[in-house]
Amino acid sequence: MADVSLRKVVKRYDEVEAVRGIDLDIADHEFVVLVGPSGCGKSTTLRMIAGLEDISDGDIMIGGDVVNDVPPKDRDIAMVFQNYALYPHMTVAENMSFGLRLKHYPKAEITSRVTEAARMLDITDLIDRKPKQLSGGQRQRVAMGRAIVRNPKVFLFDEPLSNLDAKLRVQMRIEIKKVHQKVRTTTVYVTHDQVEAMTLADRVVVMNHGRIEQIGTPNELYHKPATRFVASFIGSPAMNFVPCRLEDVGGKLNVRLTDRLAFTLPPARAARYQALSRTDKLLLGIRPEHVMEARPHAEPGIEPFDAVLDVTEPMGMETLVYFTLEGSQICGRVNPNAGAQDGSPLRLAVDLNNMHLLNEVTGAVL
Amino acid sequence: MVDVAFQPNRTAAAQSGRRRAGLRNALRRKSMSAFLMTLPLILLIAILVIYPAIYSLHLATLNKAMTKFVGFGNFEFLFKRETFWLVVKQSCIFAISAVIFKALIGFIVAHFVHNVPANKQRKWRGMLLVPWVIPPAMSTLAWLWLFDPSYSAFNYTLSFFGIGPIPWTGDAMWARFSVILVNVWYGAPFFMIMYLAALKSVPEQLYEAAAIDGANWWQRIWYVTLPMMRNIIAITTLFSLIVTFANFDIVRILTAGGPLDHTHIFATWAFRVGIEGSDIPLGASVSLFMVPILAVAAIFILRDITKRGNES
Repeated sequence: MADVSLRKVVKRYDEVEAVRGIDLDIADHEFVVLVGPSGCGKSTTLRMIAGLEDISDGDIMIGGDVVNDVPPKDRDIAMVFQNYALYPHMTVAENMSFGLRLKHYPKAEITSRVTEAARMLDITDLIDRKPKQLSGGQRQRVAMGRAIVRNPKVFLFDEPLSNLDAKLRVQMRIEIKKVHQKVRTTTVYVTHDQVEAMTLADRVVVMNHGRIEQIGTPNELYHKPATRFVASFIGSPAMNFVPCRLEDVGGKLNVRLTDRLAFTLPPARAARYQALSRTDKLLLGIRPEHVMEARPHAEPGIEPFDAVLDVTEPMGMETLVYFTLEGSQICGRVNPNAGAQDGSPLRLAVDLNNMHLLNEVTGAVL
Repeated sequence: MVDVAFQPNRTAAAQSGRRRAGLRNALRRKSMSAFLMTLPLILLIAILVIYPAIYSLHLATLNKAMTKFVGFGNFEFLFKRETFWLVVKQSCIFAISAVIFKALIGFIVAHFVHNVPANKQRKWRGMLLVPWVIPPAMSTLAWLWLFDPSYSAFNYTLSFFGIGPIPWTGDAMWARFSVILVNVWYGAPFFMIMYLAALKSVPEQLYEAAAIDGANWWQRIWYVTLPMMRNIIAITTLFSLIVTFANFDIVRILTAGGPLDHTHIFATWAFRVGIEGSDIPLGASVSLFMVPILAVAAIFILRDITKRGNES
């Protein structure tokens, strides 16, 4: 087991820079998830750590050693691929033991490691089958087993759950977490699914356009996003953004959304935003769960307003409501008993204690 | 689809008699209609392949004048002749060594072409296929000039290194080497193109997984490439073995079986005995002798191809 460090790592393909100078420190035993949209450079970064891609610039260190020019086989890493990459002509046991056999481990040791990993992943009965005779979930387990038996310094996962159906994905997500709790190997996991990132990671690295947007624990990213990209990428349904500006009214600070709609900021928020220019174009960022049905009693920072709902989506435990404000579609989450109906008006409230204010031009969260 | 196409009109069926209903049921079965659709081709193959095959079986049982049935007489005669066993031996040496070298060279060249960047690959593929698309009778004539004992380009070149002159087609061993060389030159591109297609179908991630598992270049070939290509290798080898075994043009043009029958293979010797020697039944017997040898080879090579097919 080891820590992994990336120092100003760059990947260029001819004219295109896929990864633009990444700095990242992954501690021993840590589970780090690289998340971002397609083409953000997350898979390329993972493949550079694996040694499957050369790095154009910078340094990659595993366990303190620079491995820039070390071939994959000597990096002591294991990788789980999106399409499993199992050897079709080998049985499950042969697939899992392939790496150990190449390194001439004693037979008894190989058998005990394979048996142990198979037991951990609940694939003991499948050990003599060929990959073709396995379901997607079983193949994924075998691919993980192949990584576990090697007992490497670092596990690398490249979108391992993308080929599974939704139900199996949830199940395997839990399996992966359980395995990591048992073996505690440093893990770098790539996904485009923010739910996977949030649920699995000790720390999440959000990437966009070949750069790191923000690194933090799932809670930090959710509650304190640094940029508009992170704010909109993390969380489902995504954060709402409404153009707004600040104004002083009778000694209080207001955020004005439309000519008719303005909210008074609660004292803590007012103090934080006091220094901002009153003429800047800003965005009010508010998560759906902070747009809810109006309560009978006034609470500090929770401001009621009326909206005409475009669409409602009953989810059972809650109902998602969609309405339009100044041309922006807003999503809110209300109690299923609040009486939300398509096309009908509803009195809603916005929780400004959890609002975000963003610079509309730079996208920075203020 | 086929069943629907052959479903007869209901009213027509009601009017038709019991005999017509039987025919209708037969047609409704998929296998029956499929058979009827392929019948024209089956007939064509029967005329062009099965008839000559059976006719040659018949010929092989006649005497030289083709007037009398002699049973296995021709075969008994062949078994007693030394030249026949020489031809058997030479055919095996020729076919097996040529196929091995074609496969080996095809495999190596396919790897090189596979690693050429995609935009330049087409050019290389085209150039490397040239030997295979030239009619072998023409290209072998060019080889004949290259091997010529007096004006040979090879011997001229070798003379600069103080080697030779080599009797390319005059000495038994060199003549065997020459016919095999030309056959390899002609046939290797076929292996190259088949292996290239097979290589392209091996998922890149298997190599990456193997690289991470600790496999070096050679181990990746041995544990990933070769097992993934097994079926293509088996089928290509069998196909080439049959074609090479039955080769005629290269040997005929280059050495005509000489010197002293030392490069004769089944087809050239069958031609020599049957056509040039005017003993058609004996020639037919010689050529028929390829069947059992190739049948054994086919069974051996293809013995578990369906089982392997299920793996990938």
